[in-house]
Amino acid sequence: MKRLYSVLVENRSGVLSKVSGLFSRRCFNIDSLAVGETDDPNVSCITIVSTGDERTLNQIEKQLNKKIDVIKIKTFSESESTSRELMLVKVKYTKSNRREIMEICELMEAKIVDKSKNHMTIQICDTPEQANLLLQMFSSIQVVVEVARTGTLALQKCSIE
Amino acid sequence: MIGADAIVKCLENEGVEVLFGYPGVAICPFFNSILNTDIESILVRTEQNAAHAASGYARVSNKVGVCVATSGPGATNLITGIATAYADSIPLICITGQVESKLLGYDTFQEADITGAVESFVKYSYLVKDVKDIPRIFKEAFHIASTGRKGPVLIDIPSDIQNAPISKFEYPKEINLRTYKPTVKGHSVQIKKVIAELSKCKRPIICAGGGVMLSDARSELRDFAHKYNIPVVSTLMGISAMRSDDPLYFGMVGNNGKYYANRAMNESDLLIMIGARVADRAVSQPDLITNNKVLVHIDVDPAEIGKQVGPHIPLVGDIKHIFKDFEKESFDNNFSEWVNTLNSYKEQAPKRKAPSDDFVDPAEFIRLLSEKMDEDAIYVADVGQNQMWSCGYYTAKDGRFLTSGGMGTMGYSIPAAMGAKRAKKDTEVIAVCGDGSFQMSFMELATMQQYGIPTKIFIFHNGYLGLVREHQHKVYKGNYSVVDLSGSPDFSYIAKAYNMEFKCLCNMDNIEKEIDSILAFNGPMLIEVMIDPMDTVK
Repeated sequence: MKRLYSVLVENRSGVLSKVSGLFSRRCFNIDSLAVGETDDPNVSCITIVSTGDERTLNQIEKQLNKKIDVIKIKTFSESESTSRELMLVKVKYTKSNRREIMEICELMEAKIVDKSKNHMTIQICDTPEQANLLLQMFSSIQVVVEVARTGTLALQKCSIE
Repeated sequence: MIGADAIVKCLENEGVEVLFGYPGVAICPFFNSILNTDIESILVRTEQNAAHAASGYARVSNKVGVCVATSGPGATNLITGIATAYADSIPLICITGQVESKLLGYDTFQEADITGAVESFVKYSYLVKDVKDIPRIFKEAFHIASTGRKGPVLIDIPSDIQNAPISKFEYPKEINLRTYKPTVKGHSVQIKKVIAELSKCKRPIICAGGGVMLSDARSELRDFAHKYNIPVVSTLMGISAMRSDDPLYFGMVGNNGKYYANRAMNESDLLIMIGARVADRAVSQPDLITNNKVLVHIDVDPAEIGKQVGPHIPLVGDIKHIFKDFEKESFDNNFSEWVNTLNSYKEQAPKRKAPSDDFVDPAEFIRLLSEKMDEDAIYVADVGQNQMWSCGYYTAKDGRFLTSGGMGTMGYSIPAAMGAKRAKKDTEVIAVCGDGSFQMSFMELATMQQYGIPTKIFIFHNGYLGLVREHQHKVYKGNYSVVDLSGSPDFSYIAKAYNMEFKCLCNMDNIEKEIDSILAFNGPMLIEVMIDPMDTVK
């Protein structure tokens, strides 16, 4: 089972390590973790995606709530959230596969954001599944050089709020 | 006024009367300022024992224990003591000196990232970066340590912050922690549900854990059990919640517990766990215990509820508070048949076979010793066979039974007994340890003598790390590996070296008289109790 945790924390040094340390100490999974400041500079939002059984997923929420730097936790399933991930993929291209790469980009609504004679960097901002799909397509034609991903960001769907 | 003076003022404001510590350069400003107060500083002989002593002090006084160490190795030596306190939810403030702020992160001499290192063993930690924060941080730290589920809080203070001038000291009256508001009052709907279950069940049992003592709810528990004739069992940490001679008390549960206590819990149709973690040593198969019964789990920490087992009725809150709410409700039910059944189980319990006449029988010895001790005496058990015999045969009255239950830290008993005795100077305090655990912390005999904190320490001498030997006997077919303690010193010389009275009990001859004379002796004493090296707990 997959669950998303949107964790509002005090924006202080060491807080990320306290939160991530909790996951390693209690053997909870982190599928993805993204962190950034919110509209309030004193508050950061850590978005964590985790998988586990029901009891583990409940424990994650309870244990996070015990952390004194944690202000508020929202949890939701994938279907209850709008989630996005930003991925940059650097690919190697030649004359022969350039067309194919561009077609993939078009199909996936990905953008070429940087290029040189032999390489280009492609940006996709979509659900983690779509980002994975793009990566699979590039991998199948063996052009991937480097990949960087932000991890999933998510907010609860407006219709549920 | 400098930061160090401010720290001392904070401690005064919190009513601290004693601290256990070990200085070093990085904490010297603090130890200089402490001279100007009435707070007593006790120099332990190793930092770990400062934390254990503060733990013993906290458990008996119901106040926060304070321990202080220097940076680097001083701080890291504290960790086992902090972890021990954390596992048993004991409120401590641990103050550590740190290298100068500007040198942090450069692997400076005696620098250790102590806030990082203790992260999983503290309720919270602070690294003080601005001298102005000292009053707020101490106010918060004492509040966090002593409320909700209690636990240790560490405050790491660089030496330049201790020396920095602070223009005005004002101890905050209010605490402004938007993220920390522990639930004290139990939910009224849940409380009514528990009462409804009690009114319709036939075989209820209360399992009392250490939380009962931490919440100071012992008399409330006893009153509640008696009002409705509900039998009670306890976990290791719950020993002394009930008197052993209470007809409603059926002993400790778990893999080292009483046969009839486990049977009572298994056969009950309503199990009320109070302030207990449902940990592996108490309940080996948590999934099974809900099969045939309704489980009520009462704890101040919501994360404990549902961690091991999903209860039918979770109830979050402070135990003392919840008992007060129970008092307002009432129900009618009769459990006398169930209590009679449990009494018959108690009578059927297999008797422990008496060991060889050539030695002291540890079980009988502990029974006699604890029976003869004062009504309010404090008994501190170490870890190992001595602990298992203690929890099996200790006679609880209105005193306290202290031990390292969660972490199982050897060497706990001597420093913890010292802390307990310092908290209650007129109360009888004894420590029971093995020859292994004694040698982990007997350096504190010097501290006890130096500061006039007399306790009586019983060494169960069997020449082995007994509980490990017993395990190797059963699991490894008697292949004893690294458990032989035959190189131990002559304990009578240790007593002499520390200027203590000494007695050796070799067998059960005149044992009652011997115990009487030991307990009657006014002063510190070391007592060597010879145990059959092959004697086992089970």
